[in-house]
Amino acid sequence: MKKGTGARGQGSGMRKQESEVRSQKSESRTAGWIALGLLIATSAFAADAGNTFFLKNADVYPVTGPMIKGASILVQDGKIVDVGAKLVAPKGVNVIDAHGSRVYPGLIDSGTELGLSEISAERVSVDTSELGEFMPQLRALIAINPESEHLGVVRVNGITSAISYPAPVRGGGGGGGRGGGATQYISGQAAMIHLSGWTWEDMEVARSAAMQLNFPAIRGRGGRGGGNADFNPDEFGGGAAGGGATTFAEQKRQYDQQIAKINEFFDAARQYQKERMSNVPGFKKDLKMEAMMPVLEGKMPLAVSASRARSIHDAVLFADKQHVKIVILEPHDMDKVGAELKAKNIPVILGRTEALPDAEDAAYDEGETGPAEAYKAGVKFAFGTFDNEFSRNIGLQASRASAFGLPPEEALKAVTINAAQIWGTADKMGSIEKGKWADLIICDGDPLDTMTHIERVFIKGNDTEMMNKQIRLYRKYLERP
Amino acid sequence: MRKTFLAAIFAAAALVGTQARGETFVIKNATIMSEGPKGTFKGSVLVRDGKIAEVGDKVMEPAGATIIDANNQFVIPGIIDCHSHIAGDGGINEGSVSVSSMVDIKDIINPEDIAIYRALAGGVTAANILHGSANSIGGKTIVLKMRWGKDAQGMIFEGAKPGIKFALGENPKRAGNAQGGGRGAAPTNLRYPATRMGVEDTIREAFTEAVAYKAEWDKYEAAQKTGQRVLPPRKDLKLEALKEVLEGKRYVHAHCYRSDEILMLIRIADDYGFKIRTFQHVLEGYKVAKEIAAHGAGGSTFSDWWAYKVEAFDAIPYNAFIMQKYGVVVSLNSDDAELMRRLNTEAGKMVKYGGMTREEALATVTKNPAIQLGVQDRVGTIEAGKDADIVIYDKDPLSEYAKVLKVLIDGNKYFDRDTDVSGRAAQDAEKKKLEEKEKTEADSQKKQGAGGRRPQ
Repeated sequence: MKKGTGARGQGSGMRKQESEVRSQKSESRTAGWIALGLLIATSAFAADAGNTFFLKNADVYPVTGPMIKGASILVQDGKIVDVGAKLVAPKGVNVIDAHGSRVYPGLIDSGTELGLSEISAERVSVDTSELGEFMPQLRALIAINPESEHLGVVRVNGITSAISYPAPVRGGGGGGGRGGGATQYISGQAAMIHLSGWTWEDMEVARSAAMQLNFPAIRGRGGRGGGNADFNPDEFGGGAAGGGATTFAEQKRQYDQQIAKINEFFDAARQYQKERMSNVPGFKKDLKMEAMMPVLEGKMPLAVSASRARSIHDAVLFADKQHVKIVILEPHDMDKVGAELKAKNIPVILGRTEALPDAEDAAYDEGETGPAEAYKAGVKFAFGTFDNEFSRNIGLQASRASAFGLPPEEALKAVTINAAQIWGTADKMGSIEKGKWADLIICDGDPLDTMTHIERVFIKGNDTEMMNKQIRLYRKYLERP
Repeated sequence: MRKTFLAAIFAAAALVGTQARGETFVIKNATIMSEGPKGTFKGSVLVRDGKIAEVGDKVMEPAGATIIDANNQFVIPGIIDCHSHIAGDGGINEGSVSVSSMVDIKDIINPEDIAIYRALAGGVTAANILHGSANSIGGKTIVLKMRWGKDAQGMIFEGAKPGIKFALGENPKRAGNAQGGGRGAAPTNLRYPATRMGVEDTIREAFTEAVAYKAEWDKYEAAQKTGQRVLPPRKDLKLEALKEVLEGKRYVHAHCYRSDEILMLIRIADDYGFKIRTFQHVLEGYKVAKEIAAHGAGGSTFSDWWAYKVEAFDAIPYNAFIMQKYGVVVSLNSDDAELMRRLNTEAGKMVKYGGMTREEALATVTKNPAIQLGVQDRVGTIEAGKDADIVIYDKDPLSEYAKVLKVLIDGNKYFDRDTDVSGRAAQDAEKKKLEEKEKTEADSQKKQGAGGRRPQ
C-alpha cells in the first residue's frame, strides 16, 4: 500500500476496490504519447533483459562536444561503447530507432531530498533532519526509499540522477529544525543516486558524495521582498532586530561563536586522526570521527550551505584553515564573491533561478541573472532545485537563467557534466562519451524547455518505465465514463 | 531607509500612468497570439484611448502615435492571475471565526507592495486578490489591475464582480485540531470545525441563516413596494455577503483539493440554489471534472505543484487538461508572488502535460481567467474594443527562454524592461545619496542630542 493513500484514506474498502479496478484497466488502455511510449517499451524492450543495444537515427548532444547529426550510440552492459555518425549495428544486437529525435545525457539535480522526503508537511513521511549538532556518521543513502512516488515523477522528465541531502538546505544559518529545532551544523553524508533501482544499493552512484555542513549566517530583517537579506548594521541603529530580536553586535558574537564551534569539531577530528594513525594505546573507535576522516583526507567535499557574501567568504576562510574541499550550496551575491570563489577554485550549486529578489528594492530579475553572474565570474556551477516538489523542473531552472544571460550550452552543462565533475562522478556520467554509463534521454526538442516531450529515459542502459503515480491517475480518470 | 527609497521609485512610477485615457500606440510586425477569433498571426495592434482600437495584418497609424516595432517579438493579452495574495497589507486570514464573510480585501489593499511591480514584470495585468484559506467561509475578494503607481482605489478593476473566498479541507480544519497532536489532544482553544464533515456543516449552517435573512429582506422589500410602512430587518454584514451570493451578485471562489470536498460543495450549492464560480487549486478536479462541468463552475489550478501536503498527493500535472476535456473553463493561477511572475510558462507546460494546443494553453492564463472573473468583455484577448492590456515578449511566451519586454494596461505603459534595466545605475546612485543624507542627518541629530542634554 502506498504511503500517501494510507496516510489519507484510513484504508477504506472503497479505495482499495478502486485501486484494484485501476490496475486492471490500465493494462488495456492507451493514452496519448505516454501510453504509446509505454507500448513500445513493453513490446520491444521489456523482453530484452540486458542493457545492451544500438541506438540509431539520433541527433546526439554529447555536451562535452558538438552535436552529431544522425548518429548512433552502441551500449553494452549499460555502458557507452561507441558514439558516432557512421557506426554499424553489431549483429544480433537490439536496435532502437530514435526516428531523428535528440539524445542527451540524463540530467542531474544537485539539490534534493529525493527518496528521503515524501510529503514535506508530514513529519512521519520525512527522513531528513536527524537530531544532534554534529552528525557526520549519518548516511542519506541507506534511508532512500526506492518506491518513493517522487522518483518516477522526476525521472520521466529526463532527470536520471540526483544528490539527496540528509537535511534540507535552507540558505545557511543552521539546518535541522524538523527534528528538534536546535541548530545542526553537520547533517550527515549526502548521496548521489540514480532515480531508478530495486534497492538503494542499486540506486547508488556515490554513497558519500559530500558531507553536509550548515554554515552560520547573520540574518537581517528580511521583509516582504523575499527575506533572507544579509544583515545590514545600518538598519539596526542599536535597536531590536526582527526574528532574533538582537543587536548586530550580539548576532555577530553568536555567529563567530558558531564558527568557532565548527572549528573545534574539526580540530577534534584531526586530533582523532592523529591518534588513529599512531595507534595510541587505549584508542577507541568513534563513529562520528571515523566519518570525518575522508573529509580531512580531502576525499569527500563538504557541501556547505552559505547564502550571503559574509557567510560565503567566511566559509572559504574556514576551508582554507581546515584544508578541506568545499562546495557552496545556494549562494547569492555572486557579484560580490564570484572572484574569490573563482580564485580558490570552489564550485557552487546554484539554487532556484525562479526566486524573488532578496531585498525590496533589488532588481526584479536578481534571481534570474544570478547564474549569468556566476558564469561571468568564471565560477564552476551546477543547479539544484532544493525541493523534491520542483525537482522535475531542474531543466526549466537552467533555461530560465538562459533567458537572462546564461549561454544555453552552459545551462545544459550545469545540469549534466558540471554536476558530475563537482561530485566526482564525471568518469561515469554527465556526458555521452565512450566508457560512461548509458544515462540517456530521448526527446523531441530542447530538454530544458517547457514544451519538450521526454520520450525515453535510460539509466545505466536500462530502458526505464515512463510511468509514475501521476500518469497512472491521468490514464484512469481520462477514461472515466 | 528602504521605505524612503521605495517612495522615490514609487513617485517615478506614478508618472508613467498618469494619462487618463492612455497613449496612442501602434505595435507593428509582431506575432500576435490574440486568443480571439483571429488566432495567432503576424500583424499589428492599434491602441488608442486605453482600448484596443484595431487589430489586423495592417492597422491605421494615426499621426503622433508611438510606434513599437515588435519584429520577431510576441504579443499576448495581459496575463490574469485568478488566485493571488499580493497587495494586501498585513494578515489575510481572519482566523478567529469559521465564517468571516464580513471582512473585505478591499479594505487592506496596499498599492505600494513591490510584488505588484514584479508581477507586472512577469506580464500580469490583473489579479484576483483573496483572503487566506483558514476559514470555511473567508472574506470578500477583489479584482485588481496591476496599475503600479496608482492608489488603492486606482488599482481596483472597476466593473469586475466582487467575490468571496471559501475554503475546504485541511486548512479550515487546522484550527480545530491541536497543534502537533492527534485525536484526543487537549481541547483548548480549538475552533470548530476539525473535520471535512464539520466544514460541510459550517457552510450549511451559514447558508441556512443566509436564506432566512434574505427572506426577511425580500419580505420587507415586497411590502415596501406595495406602499406599506414597515421596519427594515436588522442589517447583518456577515449574512449580507452570503445574501449576495444567493442573489448571484457575488462570485464564490472555493479553495479545495480533494474530489470528495469538491462534490460536497457542489451539492450544498445545488441545495441552496447558488453557483460556485470557481474551484481554486482543485488539484483533484480531474476526478470530478464531469460534476464540476455540470455545475458550470470553473477550475483554477496549479500546473504541477504536488506532494507538499497529504491532500496534494494525488495532484497531477494533467489536471487542467482533463478538466478542460470535460468542458470546464480552466485557468492556471499562482497563489504565490514568485510564481505569479511566470504564469506564461506554467501555461506552456500544458502543451506537454496532456497536449493542449498552444492557444488552449495560453488561454489558461488570459482568456479563461477573464471568463472566471466575469471580465471577459473587457480583457483576456486581443480584440478591438477591449481594454489595451497587452504584453510584449522577446520570444515565444510559452517557452522558458522568453522574457517580458513591455506591458500596457489601459493603453498606458506600466513596464518597460529597457527602462528598468537602464535606470538601475541612476536608482543605485539615488539610493546612495539618500542613505548618505539619512546618515548625515542622524549624525547631526546625535550631536545635537548630546549637546542639548541638561543635567537633571
